[in-house]
Parts: sequence; C-alpha cells; structure tokens
Amino acid sequence: MARPVRFNVNAERDLKMVKEGPEGYSGEGFFTTNLDKVVGLARSNSMWPLPFATSCCGIEFMATMGSTYDFARFGSERVGFSPRQCDLLMVMGTIAKKMGPVVKQVYLQMAEPRWVMAVGACASSGGIFDTYSVLQGIDQIIPVDVYVPGCPPRPEAILDGFMKVQELVHNRETLRRRNADRYQELMTSYGIQ
Amino acid sequence: MPLTNEIIEQKLVEHFGDQLTDFEVPYGLLSFVAPKDLNLKVMQFLYDDPELKFRFLTDLTAVHYPDKKGAELAVVYHLHNLVDNIRLRFKVFTDIAQPDVFTATSLYSAANWMERESYDFFGVNFVGHPNLKRILNVDEMDYFPMRKEYPLEDQTRIDKDDEMFGRGGSIGI
Repeated sequence: MARPVRFNVNAERDLKMVKEGPEGYSGEGFFTTNLDKVVGLARSNSMWPLPFATSCCGIEFMATMGSTYDFARFGSERVGFSPRQCDLLMVMGTIAKKMGPVVKQVYLQMAEPRWVMAVGACASSGGIFDTYSVLQGIDQIIPVDVYVPGCPPRPEAILDGFMKVQELVHNRETLRRRNADRYQELMTSYGIQ
Repeated sequence: MPLTNEIIEQKLVEHFGDQLTDFEVPYGLLSFVAPKDLNLKVMQFLYDDPELKFRFLTDLTAVHYPDKKGAELAVVYHLHNLVDNIRLRFKVFTDIAQPDVFTATSLYSAANWMERESYDFFGVNFVGHPNLKRILNVDEMDYFPMRKEYPLEDQTRIDKDDEMFGRGGSIGI
C-alpha cells in the first residue's frame, strides 16, 4: 500500500546540484585533466575572504554571511581575519585617506594569489563623499579585480560579485598569475613589488 | 541665590570693564566677545571665582568669517559650571594672517585635542600648546580644509566628470 505522504516523487526532475567538472579524459577509476584547471576549481570553491568592513556595506556583508543568503555555500565558510591566510580582500565601506595606508598594508600582507573586491560605491569611487578626507576609490592605492555597485549593494549583488571573482579564479587566469607580465606591470604601477 | 546670566555678566563687567563686548543671550546662553590677548585671563577668572566656578570646557572650536577683514578667524569657547548647571560661550577674533591665540591647555586639559582639531581644520596657531600637530587629517595635508577658500570637493580627483555630479558643465546655467 502506498504511503499517504511521499517525498521526492519528482526526483528525476530535480536540479543537478553538483558542479560540472573540468574537461578531461575519464575512464574506469581514473580522470585526467590539466593541473591548472583542477587548481583553479579548488581555489574558486574554497576562497577565504578577508572582510575589511568600515561602514554600512559591512552590514550588508553580515547579512550575506547569515543563514538567509548563506555565503558559505560558495565555499567561503571560513572568513579569515588574518591577511596572511586569506585570498580575497573584500573592502566594504568608505575608506578615508588616513585609512588608505592601512588598506594597502593589509593587501601587502596577503600572500599570492590574492584578489580584491571593492564592495559599494564608496570603496569603488568614493561614492557620495566627494570630499577632502575620503579616498576616491580604493583603486587609487591597490589593484581591484571586481567592483560591486550599490549604496549599499544588496546581498545578492555581493554574491554576484563573489561569483565574478570565482569565475576569474577558475577560468580566466593562469595558475601563476604573479608571473604574468601584465600583472607585474600592474603591480609596478601601484609601487608594489 | 542661584547663579544667573545677569550675575555672571555683572561680575565680568566689574572685573574687565568695557574690554568685553557684544553681550547677548540667545536661547538663554550668555555670549560675549573678548580680545584675543585676554582669552586666558577671562577663562582664569571664570575658573577661579568662587561663585562662577566654570571648571568644565565643553567645546572649543573655530569659525572662519572671510568677510571680516582683520578678524577672519574666531575661536569659540563653551564653558560649563557643573555645580549650578549654567553654560556660557565666548569668542575671540584673530587676523588670519597671524592666527596666534594663547592655548587653554594649562587651564583645561580637554583643550589639548580640541585645539589640535582647530589647528588641523582652520590653522589657528595656539601659542604654548604642548603638541600642536594635525589630529584628524592625514599628516601630509598642506592646507586647512575648513577655511572657506577651499572647496569641499576633493581637488585631487581625476576620475569624476563634473557634469555627472551637477557641477559646472551645462547644468544650472
């Protein structure tokens, strides 16, 4: 006799929850592919963000970390507060000119490979604070990979920005970005060796 | 008899004569103007007098009046008598070309950081201050940003199009 309540009756129509793996040859008990694809896959799904939250965008990030938006499902369960352990610097909020050297020092303390995300209008461009005391965008002192617009951006926007970073890490860059001429040129333009 | 604004004004006039000017009481707050050489003497008198006892410096700041030639910068002192709960305010004016004002740090320790702030933003030179350097702005700043000849906007920016921000260009003409 069928049970009165049945779960998972449409199982064949469920979404596939597992991400597609990289291209490669597979057979009985083995799988071969490029090393940089595997490393990129691993990196992009285990980013350790370092939140540098100075104002209201930081509050949005706290919501992003919470259960409703659940940042952890992107492999960023572990938010680090030591720059030496983290790969992704998330600058969220107004950076005053006096705070600029601090941001730069935190960035310098991070080990390669490192990525930077500017969350919100202030971190991206100074926002409404077009004034003598506020840095007009953190890209004046450190290179930025992804800008998230909004004042403040909704958690969905922060997640979207994060997925853009994952895309960069996974598909767009070589394994050792720091060896690329273009990257070194960029670093030199910021006075970073 | 409780201390009132009239008693304070009377005592000040008795002691300093007509050197103190522009007495007024906006919203119940006694205000006057003192010559800048007398700022310490006025504060010392207000502090020491057994009836007045103004022993708390609430606020110290500066104002820039670009149209008052020869007296462009004002330094404003807010004092508080904590026993009778009465406040007063007085200003001293100084020439912007030589903005020297005696420091109040020997009388009120609270004046230390507030005078540094006034120096930082207005360039008031507090004579005798133990550590007169910038407190809020970056050390390498080479101007006093709250003086009115400087625009509020960051003059070093190169990435912002004025027209997008409603300044200059074709907007508002």
